[in-house]
Amino acid sequence: MLNYLIQRLATIVPTLFFVSILIFGLQQLLPGDPAMILAGEERDPTVIAHLHQKLHLDEPLPIRYLYWAGGVLKGDLGESVRIQKPVLELIVEKLPVTLELALLAILIAVTIGVTAGIVSAVAKNTVWDYAANVFALWGLSTPNFWLGIMLILLFSVTLGWLPASGYVSPFVDLKANLAAMIMPAFVLGNAIAAVLMRHTRSAMLQVLSSDYVRTARAKGLDERVVVLKHALRNALTPVITLGALEFGTLLSGAVLTEQVFTIPGFGKLIIDAVFNRDYLVVQGVVLCTATAYITLNLLADLAYFLVNPRLRDRHA
Amino acid sequence: MTTAVATPATIPREHSPGRRALARLARRRGAMIALGVVVFFVVLALLAPFVAPYDPLATSWSAVRKAPTAAHWFGTDEIGRDVASRVVWGTRASLLAGVVSVSIALAFGVPIGLAAGYLGGWVDALISRMTDAMLACPFLILAIALAAFLGPSLTNAMIAIGISATPVFVRLTRAQVLHVKVEDYVEAARAVGNSHLRIALRHILPNIVPPLIVQATLAIAAAVIAEAALSFLGLGQQPPAPSWGSMLNTAKNYIDNAPWMAVWPGVSIFLLVLSFNLLGDGLRDAFDPKSR
Repeated sequence: MLNYLIQRLATIVPTLFFVSILIFGLQQLLPGDPAMILAGEERDPTVIAHLHQKLHLDEPLPIRYLYWAGGVLKGDLGESVRIQKPVLELIVEKLPVTLELALLAILIAVTIGVTAGIVSAVAKNTVWDYAANVFALWGLSTPNFWLGIMLILLFSVTLGWLPASGYVSPFVDLKANLAAMIMPAFVLGNAIAAVLMRHTRSAMLQVLSSDYVRTARAKGLDERVVVLKHALRNALTPVITLGALEFGTLLSGAVLTEQVFTIPGFGKLIIDAVFNRDYLVVQGVVLCTATAYITLNLLADLAYFLVNPRLRDRHA
Repeated sequence: MTTAVATPATIPREHSPGRRALARLARRRGAMIALGVVVFFVVLALLAPFVAPYDPLATSWSAVRKAPTAAHWFGTDEIGRDVASRVVWGTRASLLAGVVSVSIALAFGVPIGLAAGYLGGWVDALISRMTDAMLACPFLILAIALAAFLGPSLTNAMIAIGISATPVFVRLTRAQVLHVKVEDYVEAARAVGNSHLRIALRHILPNIVPPLIVQATLAIAAAVIAEAALSFLGLGQQPPAPSWGSMLNTAKNYIDNAPWMAVWPGVSIFLLVLSFNLLGDGLRDAFDPKSR
């Protein structure tokens, strides 16, 4: 386990180094003096001078990178020019809203995607299989911001069942919170459900044709027990690890979903920052998502390692 | 004793793998319908000035937010512009973004992946870590960040989507090169003294084209959605120029009294993306029948 962990960490360090270069490099795309642009429309000379000093803009590029990376390692992602708050604090403030949205979306995606995948594999080449495949194609091809608008049209404008936008904390009013989050969570979960359905179908088809499933059937076990207990348990392992890779889709989708439903989360933070030219917030958000993605990948790999005896033996 | 001699008439005609794949593709009904829809959109984009019933920028204050009628098939928008004409002209932005950004990704991704896979060693290690770093940033978030720093415009959106899509092509090309470079015909090409550049370009590259075509088709679908998303967020095509994404952005503000403004741009994105996805799936099955 330790050997494997060291091996994985050895590949992560250079990846994180390149991620930091990529994100630091974004600032170099700004035309002209970055301090002038980062200072916002007011272009207050005091702010510009402060930014010059804080970002070490008079130093050569490699030195500036070292200062920036040193700050990042200490948790200093800079300060929002617009809100006058540390970027990290802003991200931590907005994160719970997006995390709630993401968790509800995953719940919906797993319920729909895994169920459709099992049905599709068990009933291969039947009308259920075709229906599940059509659902997957529909999920992958529907832009989630359009789906969001269409759901608002149906459930908010026409039927008047759900609020079209806004956010209420679950600690204030749980019912109102769920009413506000159910549509955005479905929109976000829809595309991931399609991906999970395809992974589950392919993993289930592989497992269902394996010897131990054939043995279980030969023993006369109930088909439901064979599918749900013997096959699904093994098929879910690759599905969970591949599902972890959908984290990027989840965050990208959250940006659009939060914009459609006016949810004050992580995604809305980056878009507001883009339009307020609050570039340090944009950099901070990209850095946090990349780091979270790499960490999740590592955790998924470790989980796979722990449940896969063959991989454990190879690294023993 | 008689000897069976094969006459030219009994020898089956050998077709190239490409032609066999095309024949398999032609037998897949879903993929062929999808191809038809893609061709329809391409023709629509090319003939937009002749097909669109009105000028997509012409406003009419007497026809603000009018529901679909015989004069305006898809209705009109918040300043009286014809939605159908804007949907037709919006096809150009979407297809252009799809094709240009994937071309950018191919132009950078394939040579870099070829170098990584063929040269190996520290070049491969360096390129692989850089690719991992880019893949660690979610596609749309990286595209939003790039579009934000480059400035909002359709050109910059296409550059941002192209750069964000590049690592997938680097990784795919590298994996394919690693698979092909140990084949006997590459060894033979090396043995007769071909240069590395010639081996890479003449012997390896042509043999890794099929998976690249499949990925490019699927990447166009993703790029069309990404362009629509960036335009929806205000980072792509700028108003008043028509784009499906920016039309949806405006439409969401009038959803309670002019829902037709949101329906047709969304249906168009869905149809185009679905068609590229179906075509990509069809091409994958046609090039690699075992994957079915």
